[in-house]
Amino acid sequence: MTDNPAFPRIRSVGTDGLLVSFGDRLSEPANRAALAFRAAVDRAGWTGVEETSTSLVSTYLRFDPLGPGADALKPQLEQLLAQRDWTSADLPAGRRFFRIPTVYGTDRAPQLAEAAAVAGLTVEQAIESISSARVRVTTIGFAPGQPYLGELPKVWDIPRQNALTPTVPMGALVVAIRQLVLFSVTTPTGWRHIGQTAFRLFRPDSDTPFVLRPGDEAQFVPTAPEHLANMDADPDGGATSEAIR
Amino acid sequence: MSLLTVHRAGPGITVQDMGRSGTLAFGLSRGGAMDRLALAEGAALLGQGADLAVLEMAGTGGRFEVDRDTRIALTGAPMRVTLDGANLTWGASHLLPKGAILDIGPVTAGAYGYLHVGGGIDVPQVLGARSTHLAAGLGKPVAAGDRLPLGTDVGGDTGLHLPQADRFNGGTVRVVPSLQTELFPQDQRDRFAKTRFKRDTRANRMGVRLDSQGEGFSVSGGLSVVSEMIVPGDIQVTGDGAPFVLMAESQTTGGYPRIGTVLPCDLPRVAQAPAGATLEFRFVTMADALEAERRFRAEIKGLPRQIKPLVRDPHDIRDLLSYQLISGVTAGGDI
Repeated sequence: MTDNPAFPRIRSVGTDGLLVSFGDRLSEPANRAALAFRAAVDRAGWTGVEETSTSLVSTYLRFDPLGPGADALKPQLEQLLAQRDWTSADLPAGRRFFRIPTVYGTDRAPQLAEAAAVAGLTVEQAIESISSARVRVTTIGFAPGQPYLGELPKVWDIPRQNALTPTVPMGALVVAIRQLVLFSVTTPTGWRHIGQTAFRLFRPDSDTPFVLRPGDEAQFVPTAPEHLANMDADPDGGATSEAIR
Repeated sequence: MSLLTVHRAGPGITVQDMGRSGTLAFGLSRGGAMDRLALAEGAALLGQGADLAVLEMAGTGGRFEVDRDTRIALTGAPMRVTLDGANLTWGASHLLPKGAILDIGPVTAGAYGYLHVGGGIDVPQVLGARSTHLAAGLGKPVAAGDRLPLGTDVGGDTGLHLPQADRFNGGTVRVVPSLQTELFPQDQRDRFAKTRFKRDTRANRMGVRLDSQGEGFSVSGGLSVVSEMIVPGDIQVTGDGAPFVLMAESQTTGGYPRIGTVLPCDLPRVAQAPAGATLEFRFVTMADALEAERRFRAEIKGLPRQIKPLVRDPHDIRDLLSYQLISGVTAGGDI
């Protein structure tokens, strides 16, 4: 990352946003930089900043375009960027490891065979590859509480579909470009649906409405459809978690 | 507590306000009303804050009744509306007497109509706002049999009219280049800016799909770009080449490339374009976009000065009188 002179790079997002990117594809250093830089922006508490967030490799700021807007914030961002090598920043504290029961394939996750074929694997190899990977939450986004998880082995560098699947259900595990997404809502998607969990990521009525945080890790442990059905009433869907030390 | 009873409801009625701030990092987009100008218009008509919750009605309204005399305002896409059978004017405030039946039918132009009440719809806040976020599963559409709590009204005049800025038939909307615009070759961007799009029938609070004659739009390697932040107004091009304008309940991140971002002040025009309406996009500079935003805010600030007493159609007055004779209810104060 540090040897690519194009990054970090500041770009505008619409009329009221700035995006500081640390890479043009997912990498662990760029992801850590985005998380740490957002935390630093929040600590700085600049006038005019209304909201901050991170994506896979970027920190985002929203501001009042007619307040101290992009012209005022850009030099402050450049100054903060120059303070250190953000790609060598630590991961957030308080990380946890989740083991989440998952049904691979069957009618609960109908695109497993298709995804395996695109990746050049048999269905058995695909299940073995995905379920043995310990992946990290790189960002929460798209839908409430919904994690992007990565990185999978290179063989999973498969593109999104040309057309959207009209709906995949809550708890769906989908794959593309060496990443997994675990869906928090029922939604259309361009990713392929390979597994199904009963894990509820967004619990609006609870004290922790958003369960997973960037930096947490997960493994999607194979389970049988009848076992998963028994877990549907449990918001954790049979998942267990432990602190990462 | 006073209640608004819903006797009948179209399929797309939701409680909305300005949406949520600070939840983006958790993957929850701002949400809120599709046409924020309509929120400002209703607030001006009732002389109350634009942050109070209203009913947003997609395509068609419903049948409503209140258990106290209530001030209402009707804004956004004009809809057929009667009060105990007598026509009411859209873009205006009215008194809705206790027990009277307010019947709101289909739109006559545009896509989203709004029913504002004095004091606002006082459902509990969830994660900092009252707005239903259908895509996130926060709240549900309003349904027949619902009884919605009303906030305390500061009071004020009714029978006032506010001319509505025309935004109900499509037209030209302004766009700034965004972070991925350069992924599209110049000839694609030029063609995009020259294309007359039709609003597809596929449109909801998440996004509005656009149809065009001829080939779609694409970038090389477009299906494998890194997922990035999305903001309302972003024009996303999916694999089939058709652009989608992402709206209030859009996803917060996504990997399909975006060719530009609609100015916030022009988003109501996209939201209100009915199916089949023509939409065209014009790239403007950031300086022009900020000037447009400045002018838009000045217009919103100036809305109260445009309010005039409602001039009633004699036909409606006749109906109104008969209604008063039959029910014995009057506008109050003169009994």
